[in-house]
Amino acid sequence: MRLRFLLPALLFAAVAVAFAVGLGLDPRRVPSPLIDKPAPGFALAPLLDDRPGLATADLRGQVALVNVFASWCIPCRAEHPLLMRLAETEGVTVFGINYKDKPEDARAWLAELGNPYRRIGIDRDGKAGIDWGVYGVPESFVVDAQGRIRFKWVGPMAPHILEEKILPILREVAG
Amino acid sequence: MRRLLSLCVLALTLALAAPATAVQPDEKLADPALEARARTIGKQLRCLVCQNQSIDESDAGLARDLRLLVRERLTAGASDAEVIDHVVARYGDYVLLRPPVKPATYPLWAAPVLILAGGIVVLALAWRRRRRVPDTAPLSDEERRRLDRLLEDDAP
Amino acid sequence: MIVEIGHYALVLALFVALVQGSLPLAGAQTGNTAWMALARPAAIAQFALVAIAFLALVHAYVTSDFSVVNVVRNSHSAKPLLYKISGAWGNHEGSMLLWVLMLAAYGLMVALFGRNLPAGLRARVLAIQALIAVGFLLFLLFTSNPFARAFPAPADGNDLNPLLQDPGLAFHPPFLYLGYVGFSMAFAFAVAALISGRVDPAWARWVRPWTLLAWCALTVGIVLGSWWAYYELGWGGWWFWDPVENASLMPWIAGTALLHSAIVVEKRDALKSWTILLAILAFALSLIGTFLVRSGVLTSVHAFATDPARGLFILFLLVIIIGGALVLYAWRAPALKQGGLFAPVSREGGLVLNNLLLTAGLATVFLGTLYPLLLDAVGGGKISVGAPFFNATFVPLMVPMVAAMGVGPLLAWKRGDLAGALGRLKFAFAATVLVALAVWYVESDGPVLAVLGIGLAAWLFFATLAELAGRIKLFAAPAAESWRRARGLPRATYGMTLAHAGLALVIAGMTGSAWYSENVLTMRVGDTARIAGFELTLETVDETPGPNYDAERARFRARRGGQEVAVLEPERRFYPVQGMPTTEAAIRTTWRADLYAVIGEGDGQGAWTVRLYHNPLVAWMWFGATVMVLGGLVSLSDRRLRVGAPARRRRRPAPAAKAES
Repeated sequence: MRLRFLLPALLFAAVAVAFAVGLGLDPRRVPSPLIDKPAPGFALAPLLDDRPGLATADLRGQVALVNVFASWCIPCRAEHPLLMRLAETEGVTVFGINYKDKPEDARAWLAELGNPYRRIGIDRDGKAGIDWGVYGVPESFVVDAQGRIRFKWVGPMAPHILEEKILPILREVAG
Repeated sequence: MRRLLSLCVLALTLALAAPATAVQPDEKLADPALEARARTIGKQLRCLVCQNQSIDESDAGLARDLRLLVRERLTAGASDAEVIDHVVARYGDYVLLRPPVKPATYPLWAAPVLILAGGIVVLALAWRRRRRVPDTAPLSDEERRRLDRLLEDDAP
Repeated sequence: MIVEIGHYALVLALFVALVQGSLPLAGAQTGNTAWMALARPAAIAQFALVAIAFLALVHAYVTSDFSVVNVVRNSHSAKPLLYKISGAWGNHEGSMLLWVLMLAAYGLMVALFGRNLPAGLRARVLAIQALIAVGFLLFLLFTSNPFARAFPAPADGNDLNPLLQDPGLAFHPPFLYLGYVGFSMAFAFAVAALISGRVDPAWARWVRPWTLLAWCALTVGIVLGSWWAYYELGWGGWWFWDPVENASLMPWIAGTALLHSAIVVEKRDALKSWTILLAILAFALSLIGTFLVRSGVLTSVHAFATDPARGLFILFLLVIIIGGALVLYAWRAPALKQGGLFAPVSREGGLVLNNLLLTAGLATVFLGTLYPLLLDAVGGGKISVGAPFFNATFVPLMVPMVAAMGVGPLLAWKRGDLAGALGRLKFAFAATVLVALAVWYVESDGPVLAVLGIGLAAWLFFATLAELAGRIKLFAAPAAESWRRARGLPRATYGMTLAHAGLALVIAGMTGSAWYSENVLTMRVGDTARIAGFELTLETVDETPGPNYDAERARFRARRGGQEVAVLEPERRFYPVQGMPTTEAAIRTTWRADLYAVIGEGDGQGAWTVRLYHNPLVAWMWFGATVMVLGGLVSLSDRRLRVGAPARRRRRPAPAAKAES
């Protein structure tokens, strides 16, 4: 069996292995280039009267979870109880960016489901979202006390994601 | 040299660009030169929530936001490269439809030339090897007819 | 009841395929004629059973039987009948059933028309086909059952995706699958040849008709898809280098290379192990395409609802079928005897160059399509490889190939005279230069590369005609002799001329897109817009309902130089069940260009977004592709090639007049 005739079979084997690995990957999950970089500069007006707005300076001084949400987003509704759990039970500081939403709809939504956010900023036109590299809702970012983004989760959080990824990162970043 | 290559790539991309746009009339810039640059850049940026379309082609909300962003940066005086870098800084290399030329993609960009060269080498080696094998004369018409007949009644 | 019959038929087909895949193969090894003879009736039975299953599914769609999950997901009682039928294959399960039907149909064809094949070869080919069918039948029955029942049955279905409710797209999958599955025949022939250790000119003759048929079908399938995208998606684009488009292009390229290298095997008994490898590769690419579309590893506008479990099964099939064939190749190919020598500059050399460039192009598309996956799999992050990459790499590889296509057919076998060939192409070259200059003059402010593209197309066209003219000694001999020669030429020669000329027209059509104009604006009734010398006036916008949609239809009156030229009526439809809008563009087609109008969203206050395009030479693409397919069919009808395919048995020893080239 001369070696060069084996080459096609070997190449195919490599491709097949890549396919097998690929079956476990999600081609639509885009990694963020902002990890370990300072959070972008932004300043958003408050949504509610009793909660302040959100700006870059507010991200310094504590570890926080920044959650991008909207009232028209169905998966956001599904993930909401987990945000409440993070804010109330786990004592995590949760900030919200209300993305491309009508303020009155967002207020009604929060009134109905509860408000886990200590601060909420309105991003009407999505410009701040672009600076954060947002491409869908919901998305959540873990920001450390120096205002650096340390982790990004795209899509709604599920309970096992909370346990396996979010809470460990929050603990690690808190030091 | 690299710039020349980039220009060629761009020229080919545009020469082969089949007409396709989702740009709305209200997005278009007043300055036609800037608008033309915006369209060119738009064709090279990927719409992240779509499946394999550029922001120029896609109807999605995010695509429109990015188109507006591109035009805003151009109006502010950024160069084409700066506008693209601005978007890449936020979304990563994934947003580039033309893969960047960096170590991770050297194999991709080098492949066409390497494969062609490799093919030529293989052919040259094969030709040299065969020159040592004596040539068999092609079949004459009579022999070909015999072969046809034999093949028709062939047993396994 | 009928649905159950369909289901049982599928199970029976599996058992028949198991028998067909084992006994004839063993019989061919041991010389057991009884076992070998089982192949033909088994293939006929397999087809009959799968056909029953397929018809049962179509019946369920036509009668809107919503107790079947597949029908619920993809149909609706208000859908027009044509789309009820085509909905049967407009989804994953139904299209896999169509795949298996095609597989069985090819087996049937070999069984019925392959009487000139030696019994052993036929037995092996049918056995291999059956083994492939076993794999896919298992896949169908265990992971993708089209006959699964819904209980309780809903009152109505979810309707078919509106984009798929279209005549072009209704026929796109059947032709594609005819192509993909046709390559399984070439594959089966290749594996049979490896098992028997014999590859000779006769084998090449037997393989060609199946490859030609598959190639013609695949060409039609790809072009239908492009044509559909052009008129349906509302942008005038016709190729996007989308992964699933590439998945259909790659087997096509391999098939084209295979057709050409098989010629060398047939005429000169050379390039044998390479041709075998190509035959395996063409089918491998068909299967890889199936994997890419249905497994979810790549994002694409085309992908079916994706399911990694199914992906794993297909990957498993892929490894067994292709991995097995390639290992067999590694083991048996070295034993194939070397064939005739030839000089680098010769007809064979030209065909080798063709194969080299096509393979390089194929590898480029393959790597570009899979690179994001490969890079991600090794942890290198996520990148995109889009149209800019492919245009920058694939096109430059094809340019020298097309240029060489003009010269290759004029070279002699074994040792060609390049200077002589080029000399005979003087007039073709002159004509090319004239055309290029004319185009440059007319479109002086367009891209230079486009002029070169037209030049290339013109070169191929004129050179192809020059070759034919040379063969019949046109203008070099009395007209009567030219006519006599022309009538004596084998059909395969005309097939080649048509196919190459058709490609020239396609290239011209593709290049024409470079000179497109567009105008996107907001219009009110009574406004006039200008594009490329035309004036379009929006006359009315009306509401028009359809069977399962609501629509707004606009009427534009197009004038040029004050004279009315056409009335265009684009629509914007909304399908309530699926909640999806679609645009139906209005296109006025002439040889010169397409005038293309799309009506977008209205603002509710009497203004609409309107997109107007002027796309030159688009019709040349569709026409050229038709000519290419015609060439393939003409070649297919050549009696010399039909040993082992539909043919009248020729008992007479005298061969047909061979105007040997």
